[in-house]
Amino acid sequence: MVRLGAFGVGLLFVVTLLWAAVQPRDPVQPDPVEKYHLAPVAIDWSWRGPGNAGIFGTFDRAQLQRGFAVYKGICSACHAIHRVAFRDLADIGFTAPQIKALAKEYDIPSIDDKTGEPSTRKGLPSDKFPLIYPNEIAARAAQNGALPPDLSLITKAREGGANYVHSLITGYRDAPKDWQVPDGLYYNPYFRSLNVAMPPPLSGDGQIEYADGTKATKDQMARDVATFLTWTAEPKLEARRSTGVAAVLFLAALSVLAYLSYVRVWADIKHPKAGAVPAE
Amino acid sequence: MSFPWAKHYQPTTTFGRYLDAKLPLPRFIYDSVGAGYPAPKNLNYFYNFGFLAGAALMIQIITGIVLAMHYRADTSLAFDSVEHIMRDVNSGWLIRYMHAVGASFFFAVVYIHIFRGLYYGSYKAPREVLWMLGVVILLLMMAAAFMGYVLVWGQMSFWGATVITNLFSAVPYVGETLHTWLLGGFAADNATLNRFFSLHYLLPFVILGVIILHVWALHIPGSNNPTGVDVKGPQDTVPFHPYYTAKDFFGLSVYLMLFAGVVCFLPNALGEPDNYIPANPLATPAEIVPEWYLLPFYAILKSFTVDFLFIPAKLWGVLAMVSAIALLFFLPWLDTSPVRSNTYRPLNRIFFWVLVADCLVLGYCGGHPPVEPLVRIGQLAAAYYFAHFLLIVPFVARIEKPLPLPHSINEAVLGKESKTGAPIGLQPPGYNETPAGTLGSGGATPQPAE
Amino acid sequence: MATQHSDDLTESGERRRDFIYIATGAFAAAGAATVLWPLINQMNPSADVLALASIDVDLAAIQPGQAIVVSWRGKPVFARHLTPAEIAAANKVDVASLRDPQTLAQRTKPGQTQWLITLGVCTHLGCVPLGAREGENKGEFGGYFCPCHGSQYDTAARIRKGPAPRNLEVPVYSFKSPTSVTIG
Repeated sequence: MVRLGAFGVGLLFVVTLLWAAVQPRDPVQPDPVEKYHLAPVAIDWSWRGPGNAGIFGTFDRAQLQRGFAVYKGICSACHAIHRVAFRDLADIGFTAPQIKALAKEYDIPSIDDKTGEPSTRKGLPSDKFPLIYPNEIAARAAQNGALPPDLSLITKAREGGANYVHSLITGYRDAPKDWQVPDGLYYNPYFRSLNVAMPPPLSGDGQIEYADGTKATKDQMARDVATFLTWTAEPKLEARRSTGVAAVLFLAALSVLAYLSYVRVWADIKHPKAGAVPAE
Repeated sequence: MSFPWAKHYQPTTTFGRYLDAKLPLPRFIYDSVGAGYPAPKNLNYFYNFGFLAGAALMIQIITGIVLAMHYRADTSLAFDSVEHIMRDVNSGWLIRYMHAVGASFFFAVVYIHIFRGLYYGSYKAPREVLWMLGVVILLLMMAAAFMGYVLVWGQMSFWGATVITNLFSAVPYVGETLHTWLLGGFAADNATLNRFFSLHYLLPFVILGVIILHVWALHIPGSNNPTGVDVKGPQDTVPFHPYYTAKDFFGLSVYLMLFAGVVCFLPNALGEPDNYIPANPLATPAEIVPEWYLLPFYAILKSFTVDFLFIPAKLWGVLAMVSAIALLFFLPWLDTSPVRSNTYRPLNRIFFWVLVADCLVLGYCGGHPPVEPLVRIGQLAAAYYFAHFLLIVPFVARIEKPLPLPHSINEAVLGKESKTGAPIGLQPPGYNETPAGTLGSGGATPQPAE
Repeated sequence: MATQHSDDLTESGERRRDFIYIATGAFAAAGAATVLWPLINQMNPSADVLALASIDVDLAAIQPGQAIVVSWRGKPVFARHLTPAEIAAANKVDVASLRDPQTLAQRTKPGQTQWLITLGVCTHLGCVPLGAREGENKGEFGGYFCPCHGSQYDTAARIRKGPAPRNLEVPVYSFKSPTSVTIG
């Protein structure tokens, strides 16, 4: 009975699926975006360690600080990093007084303690970087309908991560002849729809004056800011990797010991000695 | 105590005897995972995965309880609270990644466990109920994993919840009502998130309960083994402890090493970048895909693209996806072959490996956008999936000529396989003569060893 | 255990077998203990909570005889501007007779004895005493009065009567300017 029912049900599903499979398909119009869209260019990152493998590498503090300078000097005009607190910058080598001074440059939404009206106060190290726009509607209104995403998690929220950020901000070029770019948008083959609302952020070499004297080429700035944004997305990356190395080594040793124990326990069964009493 | 030669618990200390009279917990442990449980001595490494699944569940429960201390089930706070865990909570990043990666590992282990059962015929009599309880566990795991994924309240969480709950609207007549009831609203929102959190906390403990039943049902007939031949005597078994505890511990150690490697070096490799974007009910991501462990079922759902026999395509898809798991309940009666292990089933073995490949193809199709030729490949793969269980397996059982079986496990282990082979049959002589039951049979007075 | 059938092993074999079991067990125990720590430590205050551990308070607007209540580490802090009469009353008390002997000078900063900054948490069972806000019952000694179990504090916030064992706690703070302090 079970087998008869199964036969019926099985036949029904199989016939339905085969029927669906033999249906003619509508001719597919090739997606014009596919023709020009490019995958992010994979580059070697210092923080991915030897072989770009992502097992040992740590962040270069100087590079993180340069990346922050690029973010602050260029990106922060439109993009927030609202999940990062000023105090977090201690991780990338800022001192407590520097953090305090930096936080003070920002106005944090607050309530006036006399009138109770909405107001602002000077930032504290415990505050997060403030939003640029209070909400999505305000952002779109100010940005000609576009929404500049928060960058705190951007390298985890995009396929390709840091490579994507680097490719996108250095990837602007002239559109091919048969590609229409609407007014107010810019052609960028690394962007999903190829037409991006963000104007090319990096205009040329020397746009940022690096405190450590590094030459601020476009590529250098793109690498630095992509590294910084990798840190904002994954601030515990270094602890994670060092934990991983220790845990894997420890468990490898434990596995060897456990294997030896296992072999010992089974020695009587696998290689019974003449005259030995079996374990039971 | 499923076999008459099982060792009996004998408390050696005064306190041990006292406890054994009042609460025979040590006896219970001794009989179920201790020296009192005789297991076939030829179990290979694939038999480690049941224990590993239990370990994976414990990791999920422990890390999950910790995460619940910091998580906030509110649509405006959920995503932020996850990032709070990742950035500010002490070791929060480690615990959250363990939980997220742990779900994938749990499914990987359980799938290997299931395919091991399929290969060695562990679903066959007398282990049908054991198998069916396993299918129940799989269903509960899927529900728990799906709801847990929604809790992050990222883009993929939200749209996954939207798409999956929409499946219920395919039910004729009451679909829309059911859909609204499930969500507690007209779209996934606070009410949905809160009930998912509540159920996500509950389900692992339900799973734990069913696992106890699963292990209980295992102890009645005892473990199957790679030959599929029944245990015939003491020479076929070894006490679970220390033999299999040592082996399971070794397996656990290797498993944890792999787990630590993925958690610490590739924590997001199995996830979707879109889920690091907070949920936005007004913008759908380019592609909505479930986590990898649900992809084969998602592919089956997607494969039904045409209305057929007055049933709309959407309902076909839902029916098929449900049937794809439900048919496993009937497997013990679909496969009538008297031989359990595929080691001795040359024809069925081929179809087994085709099924494995088929599931991988389905997984691939499920994870990619519906473009040709993937849609057709997916449809053929889905057709094979149903054909395999519902048409091929019953048929193969009728026509296949099995290879000669070893007379006993011991003989198979020692490599002295007879040329003639043992008579084929599921019930070994004298098998049912001992009273079965491990749980609940621990009497207060120690029974003398035989 | 497996040792029970090691009779047929040589003495050296037995020792080596035991060593491997002990080493494995010790390793496993060490590993379990290491994993336990993050699971315990996650319940300690998180980084964002610790970041709020110190606050700046502006005292300029507090008139003599008034007090303000500010929240610090989730607890109320009383900042009181003592009048000369209150300072005199506090200094007049025989310190030796107190349950928790402290002078006003010990409870304030040098040269700033008019600023009495204490936690607003009764040392008995953690209630918030009355007396900081305008018009509240200041108790028999003109300081603070805890309504829960009737502890009475004087103008130096020292315990004088009732069940509380100690004076109101003075938090760690420092003057940044004559009218602003950093608490914590």
